[in-house]
Amino acid sequence: MLAYVVKRILSLIPVLFVVTLVIFFIIHITPGDPAATILGLEASPQDIQQLSHELGLDKPIQEQYVHWLSNVLQGDLGDSIFMKQPVLQAIQEHMGPTLSLAILAQLFALILSIPFGVIAAYKRGTFTDVTLMGLSLVGTAIPSFLLGLFFMLVIGVRLEWLPVAGYEPLSAGLWTHLRYLILPGLSLGIIQAALITRMTRSSMLEVLNLNFIKTARAKGLKEKKVLLKHAFRNAFLPILTIVGQTFGSLVTGAVVVESIFTIPGLGQLILNSIVRRDFAVIQGVVLVVTLIVIGINLLIDLLYGAVDPRVRLDRK
Amino acid sequence: MSTIRSREDLLALRKQLQREQRTLRKRRFLSQPALLIGVGLLILLLALALLGPLLTSYSPNEMKIVERLKPPGANHLLGTDEFGRDLFTRMIYGAQVSMSVGLAVAVISSTFGLIIGLYASYYRTLDHILMRICDGLVAIPAILLAIALMSALGASAVNVITALSIVFTPNIARVVRSRALVIREQTYIEAIRSQGAGATRIIWRHIAPNILSLLLVQATFVFAEAIISEAALSFLGVGIPAPAASWGNILQAGKLVIYKAWWMVVFPGTAIIVSVLALNLLGDGLRDFGDPHIKAKRPRRKGKLFGKTV
Repeated sequence: MLAYVVKRILSLIPVLFVVTLVIFFIIHITPGDPAATILGLEASPQDIQQLSHELGLDKPIQEQYVHWLSNVLQGDLGDSIFMKQPVLQAIQEHMGPTLSLAILAQLFALILSIPFGVIAAYKRGTFTDVTLMGLSLVGTAIPSFLLGLFFMLVIGVRLEWLPVAGYEPLSAGLWTHLRYLILPGLSLGIIQAALITRMTRSSMLEVLNLNFIKTARAKGLKEKKVLLKHAFRNAFLPILTIVGQTFGSLVTGAVVVESIFTIPGLGQLILNSIVRRDFAVIQGVVLVVTLIVIGINLLIDLLYGAVDPRVRLDRK
Repeated sequence: MSTIRSREDLLALRKQLQREQRTLRKRRFLSQPALLIGVGLLILLLALALLGPLLTSYSPNEMKIVERLKPPGANHLLGTDEFGRDLFTRMIYGAQVSMSVGLAVAVISSTFGLIIGLYASYYRTLDHILMRICDGLVAIPAILLAIALMSALGASAVNVITALSIVFTPNIARVVRSRALVIREQTYIEAIRSQGAGATRIIWRHIAPNILSLLLVQATFVFAEAIISEAALSFLGVGIPAPAASWGNILQAGKLVIYKAWWMVVFPGTAIIVSVLALNLLGDGLRDFGDPHIKAKRPRRKGKLFGKTV
């Protein structure tokens, strides 16, 4: 197990190297001088030169990268030019809403998808199965921000059941906090559920065909017990993987959905920074979210390895 | 078939076999509802995008302030937007933008993905370098990478295509590489190699043709994802800049007037869903079509080999 953990972590080093390289170079693909782009059209040449110097843009590029990387490794993502505060601090201030939203969406997704997937697999080929699969097919074609807009239109604007914009932190009370997150959470969660339902169904179908299920039935076990205790437990691992992999896309989906419901999370931070040409913040947000996603996938892989010994041996 | 006596007989036999193969293929094509619906919807959308301008008497950028935010009706089939522009006309021009961005991204990322994947599968050292780069690019969440690239490049249609091609190429390259690695190990490749065929010949004449059907399927999914991503970028204001119409920036304007004009959200939204659904059905259908071994009864293989973008 230890060898597996070490190998898995070592394999991340080249990935992280490329990730930092790409994020570092984002500022350098701007047409023309990055300092001029940051300052805008009205800037004087002296100002541009001074900013270039402050950002270290006048040094050779490899030196800039090493400098940037060593700062990043020490947890220094630079300073926001516009907000006059360290980027890391700005990210910490905006992280809460995004994570709250992603977690709530994941909960919604699991509550919907696992029962639906199990039922679809159990009633395979019937009307229920076809309906559920049809719905999930449509679900995979809808981007979450679109569902968010539709929810906003129907539930927020027409029926006025829930607020369509804004955010209250958890400290304002659980219900107040959740009220603002239900619509965005549902928009993300339902779309996510479409994918997980399909995964659950196919994973369940594979297990239901195996001999030990026949044995369990032959022993005269109740169908419910066969389904939940025997089949679902074995079908759960692939589901866990897809849940882990898609949590990353939930976090990024949250970034987009946030902007619909004006939730002050990482999405708003990055979009505002684009308008302000605050590249340090853009780089910082992309880096932090990528690290979160990589971290979650690592965790899931390790969990998987701990639960299923075959994984440790199989994977190169 | 009569006995074979001459070269002419052989050629005739070949022709007959080809004819039979075509009939079989046609029958298989017609027996797949997903493929048919996908193709049908897609043709409809393309026809609307290409011939649509003939169906409308308005220009996409013609503003009439007195006509602003009129609901769908006789004068304006789908209503008007916040500047009094005809929404149907703007949707048609938006379809042209969405379709051409999607198609361009699909073609560019398939081309580069194919080249990278093939060469990576053939040369070990190259494989290590290229795949590590792809791993790194894939690790950054797609829409965030696209947003970051757009922030640096600036909002424009060409830049949307560039950014999304950078985002999707690694996905294609990985899929191509893993299939090419399997094909590379087959006996017939070894046989050709032992006869002295060079790398270029093996890669392009013997490995590549066996990957094309897989590539076509993946390109269809990239097409769909690119439409979604373009809409998301334009919706967030970093995609296609105004005044050009795109489904995404109509939605962006629609969100601001959501209390007054439901049509500005519902129609472009539906257009996105229908086109993505059409492409997904087409992709699923093509996958089953390309692989006759898949029977409907067996649990479906995962068609799309990479995750959802937004």
